Amino acid sequence: MTARTLLGLAFAGLVLIALAALPFFAGPYAVTLMIGMTGYVVLATAWGLFSGPTRYVSLATVAFFGIGAYTVGVLSETLPYPLVLLVAALIGLAVALVVGLSTLRLAGVYFVIFTFGLAELIRQVVTWYEVNVTGTLGRYIFLPVTPEGIYWQLLALAAATFLISWGIGRTRWGLALKVIGDDEVVASHCGIDITRLKLALFATSAVIITLVGAIQAPRWTYIEPSIVFNPTISFLTLIMALLGGADRLWGPLLGAIPLFLLFEWLSANFPNHYPIILGLVFIAIVFLLPKGVLAALESRLGKGGAK
Amino acid sequence: MSELLALTGLTKRFGGLTAVNAVSFSLERGEVVGLLGPNGSGKTTVLNMISGFLPPTGGRITLNGDAISGLGPNHIAKMGVARTFQLVRALPSLTVAENVIAALAFGRQKLWDAVARDAALHHLSAVGLAGRADQPAGSLTYIDQKRMELARALAAEPELLLLDEWLAGLNPTELKTGIDLILSLKDRGITVLLVEHVMDAIRALCGRSIVMNAGRKIADGPTAETLKDPEVVRAYLGDGHV
Repeated sequence: MTARTLLGLAFAGLVLIALAALPFFAGPYAVTLMIGMTGYVVLATAWGLFSGPTRYVSLATVAFFGIGAYTVGVLSETLPYPLVLLVAALIGLAVALVVGLSTLRLAGVYFVIFTFGLAELIRQVVTWYEVNVTGTLGRYIFLPVTPEGIYWQLLALAAATFLISWGIGRTRWGLALKVIGDDEVVASHCGIDITRLKLALFATSAVIITLVGAIQAPRWTYIEPSIVFNPTISFLTLIMALLGGADRLWGPLLGAIPLFLLFEWLSANFPNHYPIILGLVFIAIVFLLPKGVLAALESRLGKGGAK
Repeated sequence: MSELLALTGLTKRFGGLTAVNAVSFSLERGEVVGLLGPNGSGKTTVLNMISGFLPPTGGRITLNGDAISGLGPNHIAKMGVARTFQLVRALPSLTVAENVIAALAFGRQKLWDAVARDAALHHLSAVGLAGRADQPAGSLTYIDQKRMELARALAAEPELLLLDEWLAGLNPTELKTGIDLILSLKDRGITVLLVEHVMDAIRALCGRSIVMNAGRKIADGPTAETLKDPEVVRAYLGDGHV
């Protein structure tokens, strides 16, 4: 490790400590805001972890998010909390492996449509099950988790996500992902097992997303499929990652923070026009910054392909 | 006898088109063999099936006696087959060195870090790209990209190297260098199968040539003889020239 990496890690550690200390200084509204923001930072970064290098646009974010939340809803009174999180992660992993094995051969728009359909399918299946088997659509979650507790868990998950993402970039697998991004034919002729690598990445990303849903679930107290499987969550994650630049470590973070604050402000001040403005923001981002803020800044500064 | 590669009844159909029709031949270890034929005769498709890029519709390919037909390119690469592409395929957003390290890190040796970089620099200087390691691959000229692609193929330490028109588009000086480079591979004991249209190169390099036309093998033997074969002349020039 070079001195620069150590310095970077130390700096990141300090920022993490400062963020963790926030609830001791700020009020409850700030904690609520930070929960939402950290949640989206993790979602967007985890999304970028898979979609950045592979350029597969996934709309399955909310499928995994909802699986996490629903697992907590179902198991919160039968299992101790850490075990509930573990079970949620395992279910997310299992679904990701099944979905990944069957769909990662799909290319381009077919994958987008499949993942969108998957999220809807899971929502409908859960709804059907709740209505026909349990006989009640919603579920209550009464867990002794404070908002601060949720915030710290999300912060820890964010740190883990960045460490994973950064770590992959330093190994040979990071190089493999760059090769795949450039040319899959060359990648496979170099001996890279593309399918396995994509699957591993998709599963890692899905488990993190599942955990975000599981950790945030106690905040709602009451959940039902239309809340935790709301496709807007997938779209927001996607647009945040794209705004920052999905193929950079810090890209999704830079997209998630301003957009989350913007959407918070919009939904508070223009509740009736919120969906329209949301759509306009999406269009504007895709038109003006197709490769993300970081890439736009770099080409502005004349650094070209430098990373 | 040490047979490295054997094709038996290899066939590839794309819908109604039979691109490769029951082609059989074998390569001895250390041979440099030319695979010739008019455009569209199925040469590149044969290379694509050997490297695993395309699965054969029928027939069998063995490497060192093990069947490789139907395996993916990543498996076949690890068994010792490397190739270059007809239209050069650089990895433009990577540096020149990273292009070569990609083959080192995932090939048979699994080199990484400083060891991989040293090996990459060694392979780059062998093809005349010393000192270019940290340039973006996209900034190289066409010829230099070809050199880099060869360095990437050689970095995999292949037993069998497939060259798809690697000498095409070189000027006479570069052609001379290119021929010497391939001859040096022969001295290292690498078996080479090359698809090529540059006749001077084929005469200089290939003791033996296989000629294809319309998906079939029409000649196989010492280069000087196959090039005089009436059927080969007819395939290239038409009936009036036999």
